[in-house]
Amino acid sequence: MKKIRIILFREYITRVRKKSFIIMTIIGPILMAALFVVPVLIATYEDDEVKTIAVVDSSKLFYQLLPETDKIKFKYLLNTSLIQAEKNIAQNNYYAVLYIPHNVLSNPIVTLSSPKQPSLHVRLHIISSLKSQIESFKLIKNNIDPEVLKSVKTDVKVGVVKLNDDGTREVKSSDLQMIVGFIAGLLIYMFIFMYSSQVMRGVIEEKTNRIVEVIISSVKPFQLMMGKILGIALVGLTQFFLWAVLTFTIVTISSSLIVKKDLMQKQSQIMNIMQKQNTVELKSENDIDISALASVFETINLIDFGVMIATFLFYFLFGYLMYSALFAAIGGAVDNEADTQQFMLPITIPLILSIVLMSNITSNPEGPIAFWLSLFPLTSPVVMMMRIPFGVSWIEFSISAFLLVATFILTTWIAGKIYKAGILLYGKKVTYSDLYKWLKYK
Amino acid sequence: MNPIITIDSVSKSYGTKVALNKVSFEINEGTILGLLGPNGAGKTTLIRIINQITIADEGKILFKGREIKTEDVISFGYLPEERGLYRKMKVGEQALYLSQLKGLNKKQALKELKYWFEKFEITSWWDKKVEELSKGMQQKVQFIISVLHRPSVLIFDEPFSGFDPINANIIKQELLEMKKNGTTIMLSTHNMASVEELCDEIVLINSAHNVLNGKVKDIKQQYKDNIFEIVFKGFVNYINIAHQSDYEILEAKQEDNYHIYKVKILNNNIKANNLLEAILSAGEIVSFKEILPSMDEIFIKVVQNTNYNYEKNTNNIV
Repeated sequence: MKKIRIILFREYITRVRKKSFIIMTIIGPILMAALFVVPVLIATYEDDEVKTIAVVDSSKLFYQLLPETDKIKFKYLLNTSLIQAEKNIAQNNYYAVLYIPHNVLSNPIVTLSSPKQPSLHVRLHIISSLKSQIESFKLIKNNIDPEVLKSVKTDVKVGVVKLNDDGTREVKSSDLQMIVGFIAGLLIYMFIFMYSSQVMRGVIEEKTNRIVEVIISSVKPFQLMMGKILGIALVGLTQFFLWAVLTFTIVTISSSLIVKKDLMQKQSQIMNIMQKQNTVELKSENDIDISALASVFETINLIDFGVMIATFLFYFLFGYLMYSALFAAIGGAVDNEADTQQFMLPITIPLILSIVLMSNITSNPEGPIAFWLSLFPLTSPVVMMMRIPFGVSWIEFSISAFLLVATFILTTWIAGKIYKAGILLYGKKVTYSDLYKWLKYK
Repeated sequence: MNPIITIDSVSKSYGTKVALNKVSFEINEGTILGLLGPNGAGKTTLIRIINQITIADEGKILFKGREIKTEDVISFGYLPEERGLYRKMKVGEQALYLSQLKGLNKKQALKELKYWFEKFEITSWWDKKVEELSKGMQQKVQFIISVLHRPSVLIFDEPFSGFDPINANIIKQELLEMKKNGTTIMLSTHNMASVEELCDEIVLINSAHNVLNGKVKDIKQQYKDNIFEIVFKGFVNYINIAHQSDYEILEAKQEDNYHIYKVKILNNNIKANNLLEAILSAGEIVSFKEILPSMDEIFIKVVQNTNYNYEKNTNNIV
């Protein structure tokens, strides 16, 4: 045990001291925090400018009919040609010129000319307002009252209620759970892959450095392998911990600086929209927004993050231990990284499969695919993490956890055998039948 | 002499290739044993089996009369043939790490390392990365690491490869010093001159078999050809052995004022004294010595002989 500790310590220290580790540790949270903060930042900055769009309407159908917002205003140019309007765009401080051809009803193609690339927001606004206007013209043409159509349109929402065994009811919204499941599954996949292949590279490094025999004369091969695997596991946990702490800090600080202001703005915007009864279309859109936002916060409260983190750590640790033992065996069997391909493939297929089936699993977390893959040890770390946010029964979790731990012990045993036989073998291309033979060595 | 390690009819094959075939010999306490043999003879396999890195198919290794354990091996000093260091790690840190793996605590290890680094005048390397050192420099560090914990048994696979003559000599002196302090040393080498300087006994392995084993002195006697070198000063009379069938003059040459003769005694009943008597009147003898074969010659002779025998045997089978 003492020797495993010495090896573990070296593996840990040399990796944690590496520049790449420090850089990753700093950049990771910044990137993650940026995922939260940057969209908000962009939204706040872009909305500052009021954009006036000149409308040259050859069809003469849309005068004063295009809905305006706080930031997008329309100026209808009645006696100006498109060429003139475009020429005077800078001088009149227009954001863009919208040209509507005379045959827009039969051939709905309009042009938007601007010295800058018009923002997506503006384009989407023009598209949706023209679309609804043209549609209502067509309805009138066919003698259908647009109000009738509006009253016919129905928006159905499903409020999911989960009945627990103890008879309590829980309100569930699966959108957010899906996202949390996605992120958790991807993170586990990333961590397992990243750190298991570090184990493999470490083993190959020791082999190509020819240091392995020096070490093997002082410790048992199994001790060396376990020391390496555990040391790198600690590196992974350290990185995860630092990322979590740093991301949390960055998000909290930046949100207290930026997001609060933004939320207040959003709220006032929503109030404004509510008052504007005339823009019916927009109101209903924002209505959904508000209720969705509310339910997101509700679900965040519903997901038990304590359980999430605990299961994440469990599945990361044992998933990693199982895979890294296999990766260590591969590293022990080959001479260089190029030769690893043939052995890597069968091991990585289950991992990749669980990522490929991700949307299937998150959309039907209780389905047979999700169920069986979350029990099968080679896929369970990733798949179970996708299912956890939706709630998994203790029995399923226990079976999955038991199988994973059992497989970890089995793979470690197998890996120990292959590793021991392989590490002192140089210059031979190893085949699967060699590996099988090594398993039977004393 | 007590055997500290006994190799008892050890066999090992890899698939159809036989690496060792019932090899037996003993390593006596406080001696230096040379393990010799052509490339691919099975030396490294045998060393790995003694070190419990490879397991023998048959036979056993005894340490002080009982079967060897992993703990015994860990207390050995071992310098493998395939040796290296972590390239990105600093020399001092690495030496400390490897000696801790051998069971030294940090304080002991630092003390011992200081002693050896000073002795080898390499203290300035402590903070250098291994990749900055030349191969010979790395070998020095590896040598230090293998002897740092003052093992009672040292096993070296090709300890002199990569060393220049000066450093090889330093290592040789260290080995002799350790032997004086009671350390048992086994080394494999192709450098026959160092075998003659260092080894008390040798084992010669060829094609998986132990083909020659014994004290260096005895083996030299065993393989001597009864050749004597006689040096006369000044004028030499007619040597009356020239026409006798018991002797053959292999060589006669003159260097400045000296005449040097090499004479082979063909008859086993004739001793050196008879030869000396026979040439006494020929001139002023300044030197009379027996020419013993060098280890180089013995090596080549034995290996060629045994190869020939194996070929004959396999031909017979066919």
